Amino acid sequence: MHRCLIAVILGVFMGQALFAEPSGSSGSSGPKELRWAADPNSGVPYVFADPKGAIIGFEVDIIHAIAECLGRKAVFIGNNFDCLIPGLRRGLYDVVINGLPLLPTGSPGVLYTDPYFLSYGQLVVRQNETTIQHFDDLENRKIGTYRNWKGGISIKPIEGLELRRYAYEVNAYEDLLHRRIDAVLLDFPESAYYTALIKGLKMVGPPLGNLEYGMVVSDDHPELLEELNAAIKILTQTGVLQGILVSWKLWNPRMEAWLGPYTATEEQTAHYEKTIASQNTDTADDGRVVRYIGFLPILLEAAITTLLISLLSMLLALTLGLFLAIVRVYWARPFSLLASMIIEALRGTPLLIQLYLIFYGLPHLGIKLPPILAGILGLGLNYMAYEAENYRAGLIAIPKGQMEAARALGMSHFQALRHVMIPQAIRIVIPPITNDFISLIKDSSLLSVITIVELTETYTQLANAHYDFLGLGLIFAVLYLLMGLPFVLLARRAERKGGSRVGIRGAKG
Amino acid sequence: MSERPIIHIEDLHKSFDEVEVLHGVSLDVYQGDLVSIIGPSGCGKSTLLRCINCLEILDSGKICVGDVSLSRKSKQVHPNPRFEEHAHQLRSQVGMVFQAFNLFPHKTILENVMLAPQVVKKESEAYAEERAYQVLKKVGLARYSGRYPASLSGGQQQRAAIARALAMTPRVMLYDEPTSSLDPELVQEVLQVMRDLDAEGMTQVVVTHEMSFARDASDYIVYMEGGRIVEIADEDEIFIAPKDERTQRFLKRFR
Repeated sequence: MHRCLIAVILGVFMGQALFAEPSGSSGSSGPKELRWAADPNSGVPYVFADPKGAIIGFEVDIIHAIAECLGRKAVFIGNNFDCLIPGLRRGLYDVVINGLPLLPTGSPGVLYTDPYFLSYGQLVVRQNETTIQHFDDLENRKIGTYRNWKGGISIKPIEGLELRRYAYEVNAYEDLLHRRIDAVLLDFPESAYYTALIKGLKMVGPPLGNLEYGMVVSDDHPELLEELNAAIKILTQTGVLQGILVSWKLWNPRMEAWLGPYTATEEQTAHYEKTIASQNTDTADDGRVVRYIGFLPILLEAAITTLLISLLSMLLALTLGLFLAIVRVYWARPFSLLASMIIEALRGTPLLIQLYLIFYGLPHLGIKLPPILAGILGLGLNYMAYEAENYRAGLIAIPKGQMEAARALGMSHFQALRHVMIPQAIRIVIPPITNDFISLIKDSSLLSVITIVELTETYTQLANAHYDFLGLGLIFAVLYLLMGLPFVLLARRAERKGGSRVGIRGAKG
Repeated sequence: MSERPIIHIEDLHKSFDEVEVLHGVSLDVYQGDLVSIIGPSGCGKSTLLRCINCLEILDSGKICVGDVSLSRKSKQVHPNPRFEEHAHQLRSQVGMVFQAFNLFPHKTILENVMLAPQVVKKESEAYAEERAYQVLKKVGLARYSGRYPASLSGGQQQRAAIARALAMTPRVMLYDEPTSSLDPELVQEVLQVMRDLDAEGMTQVVVTHEMSFARDASDYIVYMEGGRIVEIADEDEIFIAPKDERTQRFLKRFR
């Protein structure tokens, strides 16, 4: 029923190759697709990865119910939370459903559907906390929330209150447990889920503020907005929506005020207990090992993505970098100046901004690259600048007499470069290039902002969903280490071989 | 002599950053000559050699090697578009040996010798290898063909550099202080190779500080000072009775 994330990535790699948009462009027959997006990282119990890597959550159930209503096939596309709206406007998918509350001000370029869930801010404190009963008790205390939490705007300021904004909700609860902060203020669903998952936390105080969750579509598609609104209405009338919310234990006073009372069936309650149990890694050690083994396919998939992208990016960087270095060192002034300007521009700006520009900026100029290609291009061009400088250092380090000797033997400039200069330069630059490749493998984690699920993204997904940063963190750290190691050893061998030939040891006689 | 010179230089001027290094040099070298150019440091003798091989581009004057001729009216005139093409033809007739050997350190001695014939003349690998062994044998290095330059002595490296230049079958060999960076006991093995080549009839021009070699082996000696040729003379004349007083002063130190 669910199409899992990995399948999407595999599809990008194999089916549609590197050059197609993630989906939708396939001309396959069957029901029309409803491409929906969410951040699989931040979204327990909204949208998150189960132990097998499948995407689950109450919003997943809702969107599938809506798709069924509309006679369409729901297709999931994961994206970084901050990029959900830019991705929508870029046309990567049709609709976003990810705990986005309707803002009184509205948002430019997008349309909100009618609400499908009513929520509110809920305080969570430690189990043994007695001094905090209410929001007003937070004077001079430290509280945590989600970085992009929109509910904050409807809550009045308290004197001396220190608000810490976390990139991942789970880290806020973790810090609360570790006494770094005194309370966490977040939406009711997170509060309900994490107090059930993490022992030692409880909810206190009345509902705070008012949050109405809506789905978001591009304002280019008002007709889709109408369809979605109609579907939400049908789901509330038939009780399907109520059933989904109850099975995730999200039925709350606001929902009851809106849709009337609803009683959970045993089956629905059992579903929730089962989910909580399967997500909880805090069990016996052998249970943990079994769970880790279960993660293996997802890990390998993500490692392959990371390695493939890293290798292709480095290949691009090494090829173009060499050309750029030659232009900078040997060509006439206007060209060499241009080359050094390109190098400085790419070196001097953050990779993250370059990725945003390539993936979300270029479509405004009519250039729409698929995620993998954009990622390889972004990483490759960024590292090209560094490799060009490495090559330049290598070329400059070669004695002037080498070029003269080659020219005196009748070689053209190009022949001298190819047979005499470049082979020597490459031997000199193997160590810094190896260094950069290791660094590139790690930088590829930034690609999560353009919907690519690589190793770090997979780690945060799993660690967030299972509240297991330590064990999984060590496993992923080892994975990164193992990926870089073969190249380090390869480089060492090449260095040894080249070093003795070039005579760095100055053997004489 | 009635035959045409193989190297003909006419009123050659060359300056670096407004400092003129060669003030109108003219020189003829004939087939089979071994010419030594001597003179104090900075007299322009190395620059003269590098101009003949177009490693430096002349400002004005005329350089002919064999059938190829290069000329330029003044520094202000841009070299004509076919200049580079002519320079390339000229280089292919001239072999050059450097003070610092400049062997390619990433290649074996054999590969050093084979590279240019394969790349420039498009010789087949088999033919280039056969030729390489011939010239390596000539300089006495055939059994070192598989070694890398760094593992050879300076004298062996310089002989390999000579072999590398010979593999291109040049009509003229130029040497820029070929023995200056060698230990004294290694000088003779290099000079001997040059004597052998002279005996075969190779035309050679040597910039050198090796006065005894200049005196014993040269057909004649060119004495330069201050960017000009001061005296051209038979080796006996110049060493026993130099005409110019500047030559006398310079040679006094070697007696």
